[in-house]
Amino acid sequence: MRIVKRGIAGTLESSDVMITVSENTKGGIEIDLKSIVEKQFGKQIRTVIREKMEELDVKDALVEVNDKGALDCTIKARLEAAAYRAAGIQHVRWEEK
Amino acid sequence: MEKLRRTMLYVPGNNAGMVKDAHIYRSDSVMFDLEDSVSLNEKDSARLLIFNALKTLDYEGIETVVRINGLDTPFGEDDIKAMVRARPDIIRIPKAETAEDVLAVEKLIEREERAAGVDPGTIKMMAAIEGPLGVINAYQIATASKRLVGIALGAEDYVTSMKTKRSPEGMEILYARSAIVTAARAAGIYALDTVYSDINNEEGFIEEVKLIKQLGFDGKSVISPRQISPVHRIYTPDHKEIDFAVRVIAAIKEAEIKGSGVISLDGKMIDKPIVDRAERVLAMAKASGILINEDEI
Repeated sequence: MRIVKRGIAGTLESSDVMITVSENTKGGIEIDLKSIVEKQFGKQIRTVIREKMEELDVKDALVEVNDKGALDCTIKARLEAAAYRAAGIQHVRWEEK
Repeated sequence: MEKLRRTMLYVPGNNAGMVKDAHIYRSDSVMFDLEDSVSLNEKDSARLLIFNALKTLDYEGIETVVRINGLDTPFGEDDIKAMVRARPDIIRIPKAETAEDVLAVEKLIEREERAAGVDPGTIKMMAAIEGPLGVINAYQIATASKRLVGIALGAEDYVTSMKTKRSPEGMEILYARSAIVTAARAAGIYALDTVYSDINNEEGFIEEVKLIKQLGFDGKSVISPRQISPVHRIYTPDHKEIDFAVRVIAAIKEAEIKGSGVISLDGKMIDKPIVDRAERVLAMAKASGILINEDEI
């Protein structure tokens, strides 16, 4: 999946996360994380994001994360929605899930 | 034991906090909504949120229902593809007008079940009737598929189509309620009532719950956790009802032992409908967690 524009998903409500995925001209996956639970879960959130990007086969992206205490499954959902939007792809490949 | 469907808590499908906490209020079912509560440009994100939540979270045995978008929208088919793989207990169809609407959704569910390696028939269905044509076709809808566990009234769209609006007394939806509960009973499936939108009017809500229970509904969609316990309270048989039911069943057993044909209790004849009602009271009591001393029966 190639990132071609800016894609945003999620909200800033409690238990949610707002994720912006955009092109990374420097190459690779770069994560900019702001989280109310960064001290305790920052490392885990980064791992969740890297694993999801690998699963989606995204090689280069800037991922901005503004976390309000979201569960891992919420982070994955919002990241996937943002990535699909940033890649300009409308339909998730549900057949592969 | 009979499955209780007294309360179905409505959860907007794009609200991460409510999706996470949906089960803690102990409604009998939770319904994640991908339809009216989700704006058109958030359908993709909500679908992914519910998919991931259902795949990951433990809803502690509470029945999970997902209301999908209609097949006449660009979202319905993707909703089915995603939800068959997420495996809620039930997929709820909005705005069912005819038996064909149910069959069209069933066909796609079955196709996706086979594609995903899920046993065909695993995912059950529920249909919401939200317009005059659906009310006219209620029995055909209720009997369209073996997967259907219930039909529900969606009153907001219905009253608009009927050129009226909702009132506290609900006279304008009495016919639709009666038609739906009758169709559900004839089909042997559950009948579920519409939402009560004024969450601050507890008195009005309680009156409405008493009315729908009297009409024969199994339960109701609720839009706030605050509406759950009043419904459960009203639907739980009281001590008087349980006591009478226990005595009816005991009288039947005693008559069977004695071989007597006509059975009476407190000087009144006990016939089959009374026995059936007594059995239902005891089933409801047990399902509600009330302990009944079997020795008394």
